[in-house]
Amino acid sequence: MTRWLALAAGVAALVALPAGLKGYGVYLLSLWCVYVIAGMGLNLTVGYAGQISLGQAGFLGIGAYSAAILLQAGVPFLAVLPASALLCFVVGLLLGFPALRVQHHYLAFATLGFNMLVFLVARNEQWLTGGTFGLNNIPRPMILGWRFANRVDFYHLLLAAMLAMAALMAWLLRSPWGRAFAALRDNPIRAESVGIDTTFYTLMAFAIGAAYAGVAGVFFACLVGFIDPAPFGVSISLSMLLMVIAGGAGRFFGPALGAVVVVLLPEWLRFAQDWYLAIFGFAIVAMMVWLPGGLLSLPDRVRGRA
Amino acid sequence: MTDLLQLIVAGTATGGCYALAALGFTLLWQASGTINFALGEMVMLPAFAMLFLLNVAGLPLPLAFLATCALAMAVLGAGFKRVVVDPLIRHGVVPLVIATLGLSIGVKQAVRGVASAEVFTFPSVFSDTLWNIGGLRVSAADIGTVLLACAVVAALQAFLSRTLTGRAMQAVAQNRDAARVLGINVQRMVLYAFLANALLATLAALLITPVYLAKFDMGETLGMKAFYAAIIGGFNNSRGALLGGVIVGVLENLVGAYISSGYKEGVALLLFLVVIIFRPQGLLGTVEERRV
Repeated sequence: MTRWLALAAGVAALVALPAGLKGYGVYLLSLWCVYVIAGMGLNLTVGYAGQISLGQAGFLGIGAYSAAILLQAGVPFLAVLPASALLCFVVGLLLGFPALRVQHHYLAFATLGFNMLVFLVARNEQWLTGGTFGLNNIPRPMILGWRFANRVDFYHLLLAAMLAMAALMAWLLRSPWGRAFAALRDNPIRAESVGIDTTFYTLMAFAIGAAYAGVAGVFFACLVGFIDPAPFGVSISLSMLLMVIAGGAGRFFGPALGAVVVVLLPEWLRFAQDWYLAIFGFAIVAMMVWLPGGLLSLPDRVRGRA
Repeated sequence: MTDLLQLIVAGTATGGCYALAALGFTLLWQASGTINFALGEMVMLPAFAMLFLLNVAGLPLPLAFLATCALAMAVLGAGFKRVVVDPLIRHGVVPLVIATLGLSIGVKQAVRGVASAEVFTFPSVFSDTLWNIGGLRVSAADIGTVLLACAVVAALQAFLSRTLTGRAMQAVAQNRDAARVLGINVQRMVLYAFLANALLATLAALLITPVYLAKFDMGETLGMKAFYAAIIGGFNNSRGALLGGVIVGVLENLVGAYISSGYKEGVALLLFLVVIIFRPQGLLGTVEERRV
């Protein structure tokens, strides 16, 4: 019961928060929502199914570019959203195939390479993506005649989408699928021997994680209104992975906390930005050594010791 | 035709540098199962250390190189092993991958904070003579780099297969427990691999920085190319690293010149994908068993 109350209070706070913020603050909160959605997907792939992926920003890019192109062509937002998610789902499925052949570090490089490929295509195929000049004037979404042009309205739409995606993820994780993913992570050979179709679930872990990034990408494109290849580079994928790990891989609220550390704190500590990232990097090393379960495992650890 | 040959020579030289970094990578993998994502930064750091010794402390290049070698062995070799790898290695590959990713970001940004995001020039160890061989213009730096890379690979091979220490290192790579039973000091052999990795990275820095220039993020692409070179050639084979590095270096040059300069950086990736799909153990590698 207290859990639900805490959750409701958290949601209420997120709804009310823009009232006390300036434009840039609302923008950052919206960006936080985008990263949380993408992070939830990555958490499914990495944290729950145990497949390492360094290509999440690539999917974010595919979602954002496809949304920008479709929206500029006049396709309604409610059609663009599932279309982009589906596109990422299919690409994620294709990327999952190398994951069937190789494990761990090879997979890390394969996904990293995929991200680099997306970046190169975005930079070089000017006719489609505008190259380094990017795509301009991406419209804010229009749903049932209501245009979410105001940044606070758009933030509320994004928040609602984030909560819906979170609810979907919670449902998925409680379903037999969630247990199959965990089995895949904890002991793939044993999972196979008790009759779990590891091929199918590995592919699904990638595809669903990618679809979440696709949804995040659509909102990202609408949020910033202008996209170029830079926010979809390899280094962003690495930050996203570290975000999931820092919050606590395989913990439901891990990405939400991780996105605070990766997206919000650097902005508030802007005066020390280079050093903030430097400290963040070393903190990750220290965390892997002393607290491999992420920040959210801290309460358990403290309780375990006491 | 001369254009083609010239591109191949220059590509081989770049590939030689990739190979040196890749060699360190395969050594660490063989000795301890460490996947080092901060590899590029381990080339970048010695480059900046040498620049500091050259410009601020006023040392001549050979002396700066030797001092940096000693420093790199202490910090990037022994220090890295003791502080990062030793506590993490028993948890498996993935935590170490993440820790070295964090390390890579931390080191990069710290260097940016100290030395700014500017690009620094770096003196070449070779003279800038151009030789004209039958219409083919080759620089002394290219030839020197290729020869040095080949010499290092040959020396490493000789060390690993001819000396007692080298053979002990190979024994550790093949079967830790058996090596321990035979009275080999496993931790010491692993430490040697880390020291060799630090030396190779410093040497790669010396050769490649005059071309790449010193910048805080110079390790990003370099590290990635080295990984791909290592995997293409064969993760568990030292000669494979050289072969992989040279293939990547040459093909990159050819693609850049004849097909599309925009996709030059995608070459290593494409080769890598082909290799992991058709020959996951790499061109010269041997198959590793799946462990339960």
